Amino acid sequence: MGDFLMPSLGADMEHGKLVEWLVKPGDYVRRGDLVAVVDTDKTVMDIESFQEGVVADLLVDIGETVPVGTPLARITQTPAETGPPPHGESGVHGAPAKPAPSPRPVARPSAPIAPPVRHLAHQLGVDAATIHGTGKGGSVTRADVEHAVAAHAGSRVRSSPLARRLAGEHGIDLAAVPGTGPQGAVTGADVHRYLGSHEDAGIQVEPVPLPRELPPEAREEPPAGPPAEARERVASLRRAIGTLMSRSKQTIPHYYLSTTVDLRAATEWMRSVNAQRPVAARLVPSALLLKAAALAAKEVPEVNGFFDDGGFRPSPAVHLGVAVALRQGGLVAPAIHDADTLPLDALMEQLRDLVSRARAGRLQRAEMADPTITVTNLGDLGVESVYGVIYPPQVAMVGFGRVMEQPWAQNGMLGVRHAVIATLSADHRVSDGLRGGRYLARIEELMQKPEEL
Amino acid sequence: MNEQDARAVVHAAIGKVAPDVDLADVDEGSRLRQDLELDSLDFLRLVEIIDTDTGVNIPERDYPAVVTVAGLIGYLASHG
Repeated sequence: MGDFLMPSLGADMEHGKLVEWLVKPGDYVRRGDLVAVVDTDKTVMDIESFQEGVVADLLVDIGETVPVGTPLARITQTPAETGPPPHGESGVHGAPAKPAPSPRPVARPSAPIAPPVRHLAHQLGVDAATIHGTGKGGSVTRADVEHAVAAHAGSRVRSSPLARRLAGEHGIDLAAVPGTGPQGAVTGADVHRYLGSHEDAGIQVEPVPLPRELPPEAREEPPAGPPAEARERVASLRRAIGTLMSRSKQTIPHYYLSTTVDLRAATEWMRSVNAQRPVAARLVPSALLLKAAALAAKEVPEVNGFFDDGGFRPSPAVHLGVAVALRQGGLVAPAIHDADTLPLDALMEQLRDLVSRARAGRLQRAEMADPTITVTNLGDLGVESVYGVIYPPQVAMVGFGRVMEQPWAQNGMLGVRHAVIATLSADHRVSDGLRGGRYLARIEELMQKPEEL
Repeated sequence: MNEQDARAVVHAAIGKVAPDVDLADVDEGSRLRQDLELDSLDFLRLVEIIDTDTGVNIPERDYPAVVTVAGLIGYLASHG
């Protein structure tokens, strides 16, 4: 058994506010299951369990702000690890005696159930003891479990916050959406797909005009905040950014490089690909640039990793942080995990999902905690180049400016091409201009073969 | 689609992509990217929402025609 602690969700986080519990006492959680929603100065994040077990106690109330490291819940080991008991309720071994918060049958005899079926019930989040068995001798079958899940569907579907919000906006039942996320969780992309497929079938998805979407501060879960709270949030985010960036400038000896990347091949390739695609599957230049930045980071390890007390630790994986400007002010830089290994389309989809969740203020802990290098793409909004400030403990920040047409001389001829200025801000304690230059040169080279990205 | 319907669609779509923009205060000559500060992903989502709501698929080659709010409304009115 162990405690589930308020995690540190970034170098600058000291405390977090519990906004929502996604589990209740008695729930079975596996590693990686989403357990709670925490509000930091920067964003609202879903946080996941690092252990498997049964939630015994919730120790912190919704709305409480507690320091990093504070126990939030007690999680006890489960029969799934120690071998299932021969019969009956999945006894919570080692759980402290606790008053059940809701009337829950504890020791009543229940139908026989095979371990694999019990496991399925755990996975799907239903209490095996409450299922009516239709199998031999009243035993619970897989079908019984699935029926029970369907019956509970409205409240029990595993889903991401984005999925729930989209489902709410479009008035669809999440239970009807096939989930492709962890353990069948319904993701935002699943809902989009569902909406898409039902539109094809001629079902009116959403009539216009629509009510205007509420700003994130006033949306469903957290108690609707008055404008003062929204202002305080922006101010608080501003302070957090200020603190982190000051630390960066005080401790990291930055050096800066830039190069102009020829995008003729990339824009032509993208145009021909997009012409044959529906809107939802179209690429934007940022996706190609991000992929190139990730691949190059894999090849030049001096820009990818963390610098801390122990010196530089290169990262074997490339978790590409993407700086996302929030419409109400401020920015966050969550990560696209293993960006160097993702096919371009998958990266594009993740980018869209990440940006929309960042804007809605709903990111997951891992996304905020572990980018190994960050890209800022400020050029999207018009500037020619951007030299970023490195996010400690990272050691490099890549900047892309605006994609623009410019005169281009090659082989003694002058032509007009699309191009973008790529910059690198890097940590002189780890690398120097030669390696940094190599990094930017690789991006340039990779962008000449967009079909291989 | 008449211009009034097109305007309703565009306003609804912008409301989804950029909920902080108060369209009552927005001049229709405003540029979506520079003035309303939609980035390329926001813009793509806008095009996607319009496609979903109206069936009008704006190809990339027509993007220059829909740079402004008014341009987008006009495009929908003539293609929808």
